[in-house]
Amino acid sequence: MQAKRDQDFFWEGIDRGELLAQQCDGCQALRHPPAPRCAACGSDEWHAEPLSGQGKILAFLESVHPTRRDDEPRCVCLVDLPEGLRMVSSLLDPENAQKGAPVRFEIAEHDGQLLPLVRTTGGVQ
Amino acid sequence: MSEAGKTAITGIGQTAYTKDSGRSVMSLCAEASAKAIEDSGLERSDIDGLVSFTMDTNSDHDLQNALGLPMVRWTGKAPFGGEGAYATFQLAAAAIESGQANNVLIFRAFNERSEARFGQPTYNAGTMRDFHKSLGLVTPGQVYAMWHKPFLDARGMTSEDLGHLVVQMRAWAANNPDAWFYERPITLEDHQRSRWIVKPVLRLYDFCQETDGGVAFVVSRLDTARASGRPVVRVLGVQQAWPLGESMMYNYYKKNLVFPEDTVHVANGLWEQTGLSPAEIDVSTIYDNFSPSIPISYEGYGLCKPGEVRDAILAGELGPGGSTPVNTNGGLIGEAYLHGLNNATECVRQMRGTSPNQIEGAKVALCAGRQCGMVLVRE
Repeated sequence: MQAKRDQDFFWEGIDRGELLAQQCDGCQALRHPPAPRCAACGSDEWHAEPLSGQGKILAFLESVHPTRRDDEPRCVCLVDLPEGLRMVSSLLDPENAQKGAPVRFEIAEHDGQLLPLVRTTGGVQ
Repeated sequence: MSEAGKTAITGIGQTAYTKDSGRSVMSLCAEASAKAIEDSGLERSDIDGLVSFTMDTNSDHDLQNALGLPMVRWTGKAPFGGEGAYATFQLAAAAIESGQANNVLIFRAFNERSEARFGQPTYNAGTMRDFHKSLGLVTPGQVYAMWHKPFLDARGMTSEDLGHLVVQMRAWAANNPDAWFYERPITLEDHQRSRWIVKPVLRLYDFCQETDGGVAFVVSRLDTARASGRPVVRVLGVQQAWPLGESMMYNYYKKNLVFPEDTVHVANGLWEQTGLSPAEIDVSTIYDNFSPSIPISYEGYGLCKPGEVRDAILAGELGPGGSTPVNTNGGLIGEAYLHGLNNATECVRQMRGTSPNQIEGAKVALCAGRQCGMVLVRE
């Protein structure tokens, strides 16, 4: 039997077009990155909870050192979610990168993989 | 007084620091270790403990056999390496204080330039998606730049400010014959002309070296050190701190990314163990895999007040002639990258009075990492 990774639910969600996080069945705390049990209450019961897909850029950087030779630079960012979680993502519209800018998650393909990327939605909060 | 206060560093050893050793990692490890044992004045048969960290790939057995150590009674591995490198001295002290070992050899060696390069991308396209590499954080430079960006923003620090810091590190290195950048100081303009690697945080000169080499230490009971008739470099305090919710590399998930809770906990532990305060530190090394690692730790250890590190850097306080000399070997940026442990050898040299950039009269040294640190004193 193939052992299940704690984060498999997240990527299965991405493949279905859903952005998910673990929510503890014991104390309802949301958590990311995934973990096998709740650090707050100790419960190992949880379910996958859909997230709003909203967020705000906390910090961003542009990597001009190519991942592979001749790759385009990527604009990687930390995104604060209204649910109280933080995720690493990369910007689909790097020209609009700004600290505090509101973003929306878009599940999009990069380099052959479906990933939770973000695009700014205009204005700085 | 802490348990750690009853141990001393009796020996240090290192290989040449190169970019292409042409030798096995174990041969580097054994050379550095043999030199540390010789430096301690002890016999091989006196060494009964071996400690490194989990990222080191040298087998304890192979090292024991290469050195001809008759019996090892204690082994230990601190987590990861780097920012946790000085936790090895806490493991050594724990063994010695509890009577499990008398003299512990700490070692770290790799061909980190010519074989397994840390700086290369670890990219997993086409295989498994994850929360960091898949989103574009594939090199340590990217990973750490993202880690430090919120702190730099909070302090209003720019690449030019980091340039002022690197100029000071390179000034120390320029006077250290062991350093990769020996006799190669730079100006702020040189730093600002070096190419962007991770914009707007890291230019080429903000990076540490990739190094082939080995470094080793012997930690002994305090009475052994005192009986040696040589300068006694006492480990007066040593502390780790791993607050809930942190991780060694992808440290992005705590609410507050500006306050270094880990470092502050380490520092408070050190002051409690030693009875000292930051003002009594004569010389420091701070783990500098990338230049932004220095300012957050400098503040975390209380070498200035929170919010004042930029002023200290611009005033040249960390460089030659400064009030808080930091990385007098040139650090990992200027000397070599032995995963942090070559900054510990520099602290020992400072306490022995043998650094190429000796701070006159230095009697207290802080060997600082983000998640661990130690205080050495010369008796």
